[in-house]
Amino acid sequence: MSKAILYDATLCIDCKQCEAACAKQNNLPYDDKVAAEEVQSAHKFTVVLNKNDKYMRRLCMHCDEPACVSVCPVGALQKTALGPVTYDAHKCMGCRYCMAACPFGQPKYEWGSLNPKIQKCIMCPDRVAAGLPTACAEACPTGATKFGDRDALIQEARDRIRQNPNNYLPHIYGIEEVGGTSTLLLSSVAFEQFGLPSPKSLPSDPLPMYTYRVLSRIPDFVPLGGIFLGGVWWITHRREEVAAAEGAENDAKHNGGAR
Amino acid sequence: MKIKLTFWRVVFVVIMILGAWGTVVRFTQGLGAATNLSDQFPWGIWIGFDVLCGVMLAAGGFTLTAAVYILNIKRWHAIVRPTVLTAFLGYVLVCVALMFDLGRPYNIWHPLIMRNPHSVMFEVAYCVMLYTTVLALEFSQIVLEKFKLEKPLKFIRGALIPLVIVGVILSTLHQSSLGTLYLIMPTKLHPFWYSPLLPVFFFLSAIAVGLAMTIFESSISSKVFHRQLELPILQELGRVLYIVLWVYFVLRLEDLINRGEMHSIFVPGYEMYFFWLEIVLALIAPMILLSIRSIRNSPGGLYLSAVLVVLGFITNRLNVSITGIESWSGLHYVPKWTEYSITAAIIAVGFALFGLAVKYLPIFPEEKEHGTVAAHESATAPASVFVANAGN
Repeated sequence: MSKAILYDATLCIDCKQCEAACAKQNNLPYDDKVAAEEVQSAHKFTVVLNKNDKYMRRLCMHCDEPACVSVCPVGALQKTALGPVTYDAHKCMGCRYCMAACPFGQPKYEWGSLNPKIQKCIMCPDRVAAGLPTACAEACPTGATKFGDRDALIQEARDRIRQNPNNYLPHIYGIEEVGGTSTLLLSSVAFEQFGLPSPKSLPSDPLPMYTYRVLSRIPDFVPLGGIFLGGVWWITHRREEVAAAEGAENDAKHNGGAR
Repeated sequence: MKIKLTFWRVVFVVIMILGAWGTVVRFTQGLGAATNLSDQFPWGIWIGFDVLCGVMLAAGGFTLTAAVYILNIKRWHAIVRPTVLTAFLGYVLVCVALMFDLGRPYNIWHPLIMRNPHSVMFEVAYCVMLYTTVLALEFSQIVLEKFKLEKPLKFIRGALIPLVIVGVILSTLHQSSLGTLYLIMPTKLHPFWYSPLLPVFFFLSAIAVGLAMTIFESSISSKVFHRQLELPILQELGRVLYIVLWVYFVLRLEDLINRGEMHSIFVPGYEMYFFWLEIVLALIAPMILLSIRSIRNSPGGLYLSAVLVVLGFITNRLNVSITGIESWSGLHYVPKWTEYSITAAIIAVGFALFGLAVKYLPIFPEEKEHGTVAAHESATAPASVFVANAGN
C-alpha cells in the first residue's frame, strides 16, 4: 500500500512546526534565522511559504516514477514501495543530473562542502517503514499536513473539495502531475504563485518515459549497427580485392604467365 | 637547450597559472566557491562547454576512421592520424574536466559496479569510458611505431577494423545520448531547443563539427608545422560538410514547423537572439560560403566555413545547456573566473599536448606501407592528394 502526504493549505496557520520537526528528524540546525529563510536548501528540506497570508508548503513531491531516480547513473536515488524517494550518499558521485532533471527543483546541493551530498526531503523512510507518520505530519497541530494511504488521502481530498467548493481550487496537485506523486497539495490560490510548476505545464506522462523511448532502442541498435558497418566494410574491401585480382590476371596475361 | 620566449608561450604560462589557481580554489573550497552554480542552476560551462562541446569537437575521430577504414576512402588516410590524436586528447580532457565538475570525483568509477541502465548518464559514462579506450588503442599504433614494438603493433593493426566498428557504434550512441540527456526536461528547456529529435540533432552536429574540426586542425597544422596543406582532401570534406549541414538544416526546420514554433522565432527576446546567433553561425553563413564553388575550393574559404560551423554548434550546445534553462531557473548564469580559467587551462593543455605529440611521434609520417597504399591508390585517385601528403 503506497503512502502519501496530503498538505491542505487552507488548514495551515504558518506555525512552521513542520519545518522544525523536519530539521530535528534530519539532524539539521533550526533556529530563528533558519526559520526566516524562505527558500529550501541543503539544510532546509521543507519550507512554509507565505504570500499575502495564503500559505504553501514546499517539499519533495516523491513522484511515483521520479525523474531523479531514473537519471541517477549509480542508483543513489531510489523510489521505495511505500512511497519515499530515498538517497544513498555513499553511491553518489555528484553529477547533479537529478537536480537538472527534477521538474520541481527539489534536490539541493551542499555547495560549500568538499564531500558534498544531495539533500532533499526523503519522507522519513525509517518512520514510514515502522508504520509511523512522517515527522512533519506528526508535528502539524491543525492537520494541514496529513500522512496516510495515498488512495484514502485522495478520497479525503476529493471530499474536502466537494464539501467546501468555495474554499478550494478544484484541483488536487499530485494525482496526475508527471504521472502522479506521493505528495498531494490542496490550495485556494494558484500553485504557480509559490514556485510550483503550473499543473497545465506538466505532462501527465512520467518524465522517465521521454528518455526511455530513446534508450530502449539501444539493445537493438548495437548488433544491427555492428552488422551494418561490418557489411559495408566487407563490400568496400571486396570491391578492391576483386579489382586487384583482375589486375593481377591482366598482368599475368601481359607478362606471358611470368608471375 | 634554450627555451625561446614567444607570445604564445607567455599566453600559455599565464593561462596555466590562472588554471592552477582555479584548481586550488576548486579542490580546497568546493564547487560553491569555484563556480557560480546554485541549486537553481546546477550545470554550468564545465558541463555545457567542457563536456558537451568537448565530446562534439572530438567527433572527427569516429567520422574520419569510419570514412577511411569502413567506407574505404583511402585518399583521406593522410589526415587520419592527426584527427585520431585530436579525438584522443579531446576525450582525455573531457574526463579531466569531469573530475572538476563532479562533486565527488573520487567516486567517478562507481558506474562500473553501480548500474542504472535507465539513466542516460550511465550510458554516456560507459560509452565515453569504452570509446576513450578504443581511441587509446587506435592511437597506440603511433606510439608503438615510434618505439618499433613490432609484435603489439601487429596485434593492434590486426584488430583495427573491429576497433573502428566498435568506436563508431559507441560514438553514435554517446554523441546522440548527450542530446538524450535533455529529453527528461520538457518543462525546463526552452521550446526553441527542446525537441524529441535532440539525439538526432546532437549526432548530426557531431558529424558536421567532426568534419569542420578536421578542416580547422589541418589548416592550423599546415601553418604551424610548415606542412603543405592537404587541400584536395579538405575540399572533399568541405563538400560532405555542406551536405551534412543541409540535412541538419532541413530536419531542424521541419522540427520547428511540427512543434508550431515558427512564429515565435521571430518574436524578439533573450532566447530569440541566441537562437539566431546559433542558426546564422552554424547554418546560414557557412552554407552560403560552401555553396559558392570558388570559396568552397579555396583554403581560406574552407577555413572560415569550418570555424563558423564549430562556433555555431558550440553556441548550439551552450544554448541547450545554459541559455535554454535560464528562463526556467529565473536566474542569469554568468560563469565565475575560476570556471573560465580552468576551462581555458584544459584547452591550452590540449593544444600543448598536440604540439608535443606532433614533435615526438610520427603523426604526419611518410611511412613505408603508407607509400604502397599511395602507389596503389594513385591509379584511381588524383595524384595531387599524395603529392600533398608526400610534402612532409
